[in-house]
Amino acid sequence: MAERSPATRRTLWLVLTLVFAFLYIPIAVLVALSFNEGGLPTAWSGFSLKWYVSLAHNSAILSSALNTLIVALVSTAIATLLGTLLAIGVEMRRQYGKGLEALIFAPMIIPDIVLAIALLSFFSMINLTMGLHTIILAHVVFNLAFVCSVVRARLKSFDWSIVEASADLGASALTTFRRVTLPVIAPAVIAGALLAFTLSVDEFIIAFFTAGAGRASTTLPMQIYAMIRFGITPEINALATIVMAVSITALTLSQRLNRGMIGQ
Amino acid sequence: MAPALVWLTALMVVPCALVLALAFFRRGIYGGIDYTFTLENFGLVFDPLYAGIFLKSARIAGTATLFAVVIGYAAAYAIAAAPRRWQPIFLFFAVLPFWSNYLIRTYAWIVLLNREGLITQLLRWFGYTGEPPSMLYTEGAVIAGLVYNYLPFVILACYAPLSRLNPELAEASRDLGASAATTFRRVILPLTVPGIAAGAVFVFVLSIGNFVTPALLGGGRFQMIGNLVYDQFLTANDWPFGAALAMALIAITLLVLMAQAMAANRASGRVTEANGGADG
Repeated sequence: MAERSPATRRTLWLVLTLVFAFLYIPIAVLVALSFNEGGLPTAWSGFSLKWYVSLAHNSAILSSALNTLIVALVSTAIATLLGTLLAIGVEMRRQYGKGLEALIFAPMIIPDIVLAIALLSFFSMINLTMGLHTIILAHVVFNLAFVCSVVRARLKSFDWSIVEASADLGASALTTFRRVTLPVIAPAVIAGALLAFTLSVDEFIIAFFTAGAGRASTTLPMQIYAMIRFGITPEINALATIVMAVSITALTLSQRLNRGMIGQ
Repeated sequence: MAPALVWLTALMVVPCALVLALAFFRRGIYGGIDYTFTLENFGLVFDPLYAGIFLKSARIAGTATLFAVVIGYAAAYAIAAAPRRWQPIFLFFAVLPFWSNYLIRTYAWIVLLNREGLITQLLRWFGYTGEPPSMLYTEGAVIAGLVYNYLPFVILACYAPLSRLNPELAEASRDLGASAATTFRRVILPLTVPGIAAGAVFVFVLSIGNFVTPALLGGGRFQMIGNLVYDQFLTANDWPFGAALAMALIAITLLVLMAQAMAANRASGRVTEANGGADG
């Protein structure tokens, strides 16, 4: 942009500094506390990994982490497959019906709490016993929509004539998909899958409502919520640090694969 | 295509239709559902007690939106004004917190705001000796939590139109004698309305139906619509009324989205023209 006065430039740098401080100080405090021997924010009593060690011995947290991993992996796999096929179907036919668009867009904007109670009502109406499988069914709903939108963004610039060319040259539909379409959209598919995985790992309300009774299907966010709500232990700082590190790694990877997709 | 559409229909459309239907039934005496048609649940939504919670939710969501948009726009403007090669890096780090766990980001504010939290410690350090201020479990804490959680999205939404703005427009305005403030108000701001609207709608919609932030930062008795819906389903066991509340929430969401679509439509022609027709 055009040349600015030093005063303006100073103001802009000040704004950036304040905003980044606002965004990162709360996170930095948590990370720092996770290494605090005493565990309390009241005083720094020395560097220690003891909260990470005690985390590793907390069976409730470990089993909920395993549940989360199962839910996230399975729902991501299903959503990636279905979402990609949906994206290809919609973009190839170029039929952008209003109803269809609304159906695909809805899971991304419906308030979580509404989808949560709707699924709870539905599952209890059809007498389906709830557990990890119902959380997976529910997570696929929104994951599918996000994968679809990421893949569609990539397909917008896809030249469909090469698909026709491949068919004209005698390739079967499957070969065309495997050798022509898939290599082009692969980065978007992987980025979509990582996004879905992150969303599923972090999702709380829908899982909470569709997990059913009992502790067997508690996911990590449900465990974190309970820990925050009923008695905060310093372990949660260590857990928070690990969860943030995992999500941020997944997002960074996704961003690199699909450069600029989210930023533009 | 078909399996995905079946999945969405079976696990979103049908359950939502079911909730809509539920809203027209009566609550059974023992908490079940009595299948007789009634409009009472919707009437109850407008009962002063519950209408009050809707208004409070709208006020909190509106305040959070205002703060998020002002801070987010300023941040996006500063990023767009930074040297070109730094912009993607700034943007990446502005959005990064958005992808860490929502519960954890909210919990971080409990650590900052509680009576023996970091802010109280800082005040003491500066020589403050009085009672620790009560910041946690207030409406202000809920608003702070919402702004914090959704700010990255506003930055992203506002940065897109700001970065595409043709710099010659601002120069032309200055050459024609407009002050910096007038240039901003009459040229830059109108051209970036679509980004502001998208960011604002996002914050408002996610805030008004929020459950986690009021539950954690507002304290046990603090209620917004999301918490009210939660209670009807999990503690009060009045599913039909909970369903009516959920439908009211959906109706608000749709109204806000329609308003945004209209604002965006009106603005898009203006933006295309001003940027030389190259970009929408």
